[in-house]
Amino acid sequence: MSSRTLPLLFINLGGEMLYILDQRLRAQNIPADKAKKVMNDIITTMFNKKFLEELFKPQELYSKKALRTVFDRLAHASIMRLNQASMDKLYDLMTMAFKYQVLLCPRPKDILLVSFNHMDAIKDFVKDTPSILSQVDETYRQLIEMYTPLSSGEFQLIRQTLLIFFQDMHIRVSIFLKDKVQNSNGRFVLPTSGSVPHGTQVPGLIRIFSCTGEELTRQQFNNGGNYNAALREGSFEIFGDRVTKLGTNMYSVSRPVETHMSGTSKNSAQHTKVSAAPNPLAKEELNLLARLMGGLEVEKPGNTDSVSLHVIPDELSYGVINIQATKDQQANAELAKIMGEFTESGDQSPGASSKGDDLLAMMDGL
Amino acid sequence: SVAICSENGGLVASKEDCSMYHKEKSIQIKNSASALYNNLGVLRIAPRRLTYFTVVHANVVNMISASWDGLNYSHRQLQSKEPNVATSTSLIMQAAFCALPSRDLLVVTSQKGIQMYESDGSIMVYWHALDTPETPTEQAVFARGISAVWENYICVGVSSGAILVFDVPSKGSNITLSEVLEEHKESITDMASECSGSQECIANLVTADDEGNLCVWKSGEEFQLLNKIPGFDMSCSSVKLWKGTVVAGYGTGQIRLYEAVTGILHAEVNAHARWIYSLDIAPFSGLLLSAAEDSLVRVWHLTMTPETNSVEVAHLHNECVTDTQICGAKFCDGDGYAFAVTGYDLSEIIRYVQS
Repeated sequence: MSSRTLPLLFINLGGEMLYILDQRLRAQNIPADKAKKVMNDIITTMFNKKFLEELFKPQELYSKKALRTVFDRLAHASIMRLNQASMDKLYDLMTMAFKYQVLLCPRPKDILLVSFNHMDAIKDFVKDTPSILSQVDETYRQLIEMYTPLSSGEFQLIRQTLLIFFQDMHIRVSIFLKDKVQNSNGRFVLPTSGSVPHGTQVPGLIRIFSCTGEELTRQQFNNGGNYNAALREGSFEIFGDRVTKLGTNMYSVSRPVETHMSGTSKNSAQHTKVSAAPNPLAKEELNLLARLMGGLEVEKPGNTDSVSLHVIPDELSYGVINIQATKDQQANAELAKIMGEFTESGDQSPGASSKGDDLLAMMDGL
Repeated sequence: SVAICSENGGLVASKEDCSMYHKEKSIQIKNSASALYNNLGVLRIAPRRLTYFTVVHANVVNMISASWDGLNYSHRQLQSKEPNVATSTSLIMQAAFCALPSRDLLVVTSQKGIQMYESDGSIMVYWHALDTPETPTEQAVFARGISAVWENYICVGVSSGAILVFDVPSKGSNITLSEVLEEHKESITDMASECSGSQECIANLVTADDEGNLCVWKSGEEFQLLNKIPGFDMSCSSVKLWKGTVVAGYGTGQIRLYEAVTGILHAEVNAHARWIYSLDIAPFSGLLLSAAEDSLVRVWHLTMTPETNSVEVAHLHNECVTDTQICGAKFCDGDGYAFAVTGYDLSEIIRYVQS
């Protein structure tokens, strides 16, 4: 639908990923210099100029599978290592968090404010590193240039496109369950109370006008909820108060909450089965963003000083999953296996008919 | 006037609090509804005592045929059509029934074009491809906004703002593109008509766009633009036409009633706390149904007094679909005795019937 959805999807999911990794690095007492290196390396990769150029081009949204591979590569763009199960859980957590934010946004345009909240936090992560900081600032400018002129209807189209991407995802997340923003069936709580969106009036008034435009009568009706007037509008500039809390760090130091995943078995449909069947269309997408991601040079230390991280499942799920510290070579082999369909040249031009077949396969997977 | 009635064991004083409608058994659908405007199609087939429903999920239309006795349900799925050279998925924007005097058709609009089926979804009788560019452009390309008009037209909107007018013969597949109306500059969101095939109307079509602009037309070999009602930079996502009055629902949650031909604003209702996704009118009773992302479906009553050229709007009923952003709501009959609702991520059609 909207060809401008991918940048917002990528930046917001990336932001959530960084929040979770930051919390894990602190929780596992990873030495500060190593932790900083992990965060800096990932952020540098996320905001690589060539990558962003490709990202901001008008294009249809990637499939869940294709986007997952981009994030697999992003997560491994540093000295950090995650095993498959942890990566699965990380991705589930990221996507459910952004789904929540998209659904709860009072206005479609507020998705941009959510994106700025993520950007503000990312900027704070790299505030001591001027080179990365300038990449982040450049991205703010691109976001502002592309999105601030859009109409409310165009933002709603973006939102509808995102909601199709998140359709039928009901993975339960501990922090959401604890905060009572998610029900035990995995669906989010949508309150019929609180502030109305900016630009909307509290429901309840019926006004009748004469043919000359004078108000003849006004009556009230029972709106069935408990609303109050809209808050002030958040800022759409590089600096400013975004007003909304959606997109801010749920796992920050002031909130000691574990990044748990609970009861994931209930909605196993959402666990990306690493399909053995090759999918050339997905392959082609991977070639662009994922290849750019994978081809980026990140300075790695001479000794394999990798940082192993795990995303802990809570006691309800099936035992603790431990990561073995993997060496770079093994990690690369793992990545290569996931993307096993790539040839040496990496250049795929599938024939029209196979594209069609895989299109159908992709549509089945939607 | 105040009526006292009991609800949930208590006594309430307001007429509004009486349960005008109660929930009936839901119809399960094969997949969940996507968040799209006006995402519920309803066609009542009295001679066969059944009703068809359509709900869009991504690139699929779920069709359910439900018998009135509640005993028989049959399901069918229609896919969006791909041209031979497939470049990307084609998501469906809307599916709606078009009831013409001679025949009923099911129209499905997507990113690639417009498909028209016999009303039971059994045969596709027509396909119109949109001009989709080789590489995606900033402006999305899709068709959205569907209405049967007068005796033999079906109108469909396009993301460019154009409106395609199709001439539909009383039977067969010789459907032709009769005219392209280029008045709107923003994407078409919805359109509605009245007086199809029956009495003569001055205006019989209203079209709406993403900037909230409304165009009022009279059908014919060449459609005539009767009036343009400017929007206020807020998308009009759902629109209806009844007794010469345009009823429009906006992204701000407001409903406005305009006299179609003159553009005079009759009424303004702060109806919902979120974006309105669907409006429907039961033409025989003047009941209005509105549904929004705020989880609420509201029933109103419209009274037109032509002598004084005035309109009255009374609020009758609220239904809260807990934790659901509603995307479709329609009356199941011309009197508004029953209505049906769909919601994002919900795999059922919820039904309500007058108590």
